[in-house]
Amino acid sequence: MRRKPLRPLAHIISARQNGKNPDFIEAKERSKRNQALQLKTRVRAENRLLVLGLIFIIGFSAIGGKMAMLASSSVQEVRQYNTGSKIINQRANIVDRNGNILATNMSTQALYAQPPLMIDPKKAADDIYKIFPDLDYERLVKNFGSDKRKFVWVKKSVSPEQQQLVHDLGEPGLLFGNREMRLYPNGKLAAHILGGTRFGEEGVRAAEIVGVGGVEKYFDKMLRDPALEGEPLKLSIDLTVQAATRQVLKDGMRLMNAKGASAILMDVNTGEIISLVSLPDFDPNNRPRAAILGDPSENPLFNRAAQGLYELGSTFKIFTAATSLEKGLVNPQTIIDTTPFRWNRKTYKDYKNYGPTNSVEDIIMKSSNVGTIRMALAAGTSAQKKTLKDLGFFEAVPVELGEASRTKPQIPKNWSDTSTITISFGHGISATPLHLATAYSIVANGGFRVKPTIKKIDFGNLSREQVISPKTSQQLISMLRRVVSEKDGTAKMAKVEGYEVAGKTGTAEKIKPTGGYYDDKVIATFASIFPASDPKYTLVVSLDEPEIEVYGKNRRTAGYTSVPVAAEIISRVAPILNLRPIVPNNKMTYTSISSQ
Amino acid sequence: MRIFIYIVCSFIVITMAYWAYTENYTTQASIRRVEELNRLVADEKEAISILNAEWAYLNRPERLSNLADLNFIKLKLVPLAAQHFTELEVIPMSPRRSLVVSSPVLVSSDGGKQFP
Repeated sequence: MRRKPLRPLAHIISARQNGKNPDFIEAKERSKRNQALQLKTRVRAENRLLVLGLIFIIGFSAIGGKMAMLASSSVQEVRQYNTGSKIINQRANIVDRNGNILATNMSTQALYAQPPLMIDPKKAADDIYKIFPDLDYERLVKNFGSDKRKFVWVKKSVSPEQQQLVHDLGEPGLLFGNREMRLYPNGKLAAHILGGTRFGEEGVRAAEIVGVGGVEKYFDKMLRDPALEGEPLKLSIDLTVQAATRQVLKDGMRLMNAKGASAILMDVNTGEIISLVSLPDFDPNNRPRAAILGDPSENPLFNRAAQGLYELGSTFKIFTAATSLEKGLVNPQTIIDTTPFRWNRKTYKDYKNYGPTNSVEDIIMKSSNVGTIRMALAAGTSAQKKTLKDLGFFEAVPVELGEASRTKPQIPKNWSDTSTITISFGHGISATPLHLATAYSIVANGGFRVKPTIKKIDFGNLSREQVISPKTSQQLISMLRRVVSEKDGTAKMAKVEGYEVAGKTGTAEKIKPTGGYYDDKVIATFASIFPASDPKYTLVVSLDEPEIEVYGKNRRTAGYTSVPVAAEIISRVAPILNLRPIVPNNKMTYTSISSQ
Repeated sequence: MRIFIYIVCSFIVITMAYWAYTENYTTQASIRRVEELNRLVADEKEAISILNAEWAYLNRPERLSNLADLNFIKLKLVPLAAQHFTELEVIPMSPRRSLVVSSPVLVSSDGGKQFP
């Protein structure tokens, strides 16, 4: 820009000629120049202010935004802190109906190795083998000495003492990871109910626990659900009753030389399983592997009560009586022909001759096959099928045990008249003891359908679906009572002081794998209900291949084997179950606890 | 006047800054304390669960029945049986002493309604 002079010569000359003061021109020019300069400065200052304002706005909004974010996220932060404590109980406890712990978690350590960090792999392998002699020595040496392996699991759970021993080795390549393990403080007590667990996905810091059997498997999702906040799973089992039942059954099994046994105690009204024992059993803390070879039913993992399909023999006769009573064909006093019965070139006879005729209640009491057959044929196949279907013998038991829900009873595909005959006394149909307990509960509770459950029922949410009429139920209970109370009854050994027991025995020859029946191997079952005057519980005791010498003879029938065992269980368990005993007053002394 | 306002403003700013500073530090200290407490709670919970497991282990029916057998001479504990129950009437009650009122207490002095 060309700068304009303050005293332009042309203006000055003309001013002088006109006689004006040329200084005015200079002053005017100067003021013009100053104005321009002021304007320029002002614009610049305004721009600066604007920029500065912008910077402040950005700065303050950044700080304000951050503050707002902090204010709004405070809740989230608190929640984050709380999660720390939740890791402890990643799997809910399992408790019995009174809150006693059946399964819980323990924190433990898992031992792993990082071979690249090891100073002396050979020595480490030697020392580790000394601490854990159950490990495979060759494998330890191979794994620790390998150049390729960066990480090796050594032991899944280590006790604090063992951990200290490993620390004492001072080997930097041996490291520990936090771990939770499942603990069953009662050991074998409720093995088949609880099932067991194994480690699932494994990390260094934590490992997943997965249920592999029993309720641990059935309720796996629920037990692991964090939304339930570790709310324990309450089972219908009573720890004390379970312990007494298992103890008596175990002793009974040994005494009767049986190779297996099972017992189920069920509440007849709610279907709650108070106790379920299957022997031989296992320790769920150290669950054995499932056998690949051999008969799975010989394995301790096999739940005889819920998985074992057996022909349950004469215990079924009461269902035949139920069918005939329901159809109105007979009443307990009706006389039935009990002479040997011939059908399809086969003669059916009784265990011994009970005379030419017997009443229905005597047929049940003495357990007459031919009497039952005649009742079944009179009632007909469809009526028999309907009764057994209503009592639940056509479906797997809907209990919360995976083993049970996979076990469907074996019923004849082609239900001929011969099937009707054999099924009337419990042959030609295979069901689990749990099926039998459910059916006897229906008989005992006045004829209402029962849904067996292993979970404690807190509210009276009972099905009131009538399957058998109350009158029939009452008649059946009286007949079952006579089996125990009468002199000729097959279960007279089931008399328990203080409690009226009713029940039916069943002795079924075992089926050979090659076909036909063994004549010296039986399943002896006793299905009982007590107290008979107002039934509260069903107890089914089943012994596999029992044999005992009584009165100089080898006895296998249920009356000599499973009945005394069941009686002992009832006498032990009924007082614990708060059942009021019937004992004559003069026999009682209130100091008897200490005087015995 | 203007100088006075400047002084007051800067004093306020300094005070507020000091307040904000202390608040910040107490907040951080509280957060650390909460973390510490949460850790302690977690430790306690773990201890409780271990103690519960131990309690259940020590009270397992098998052990208790073995202990009862071992100490039978001293305790004479036997499994509960029907004979151990009795009717209430069979148990002799302690003789009931008749209540003798020797020094009556005046309950109402107001001449109001008397309640028996």
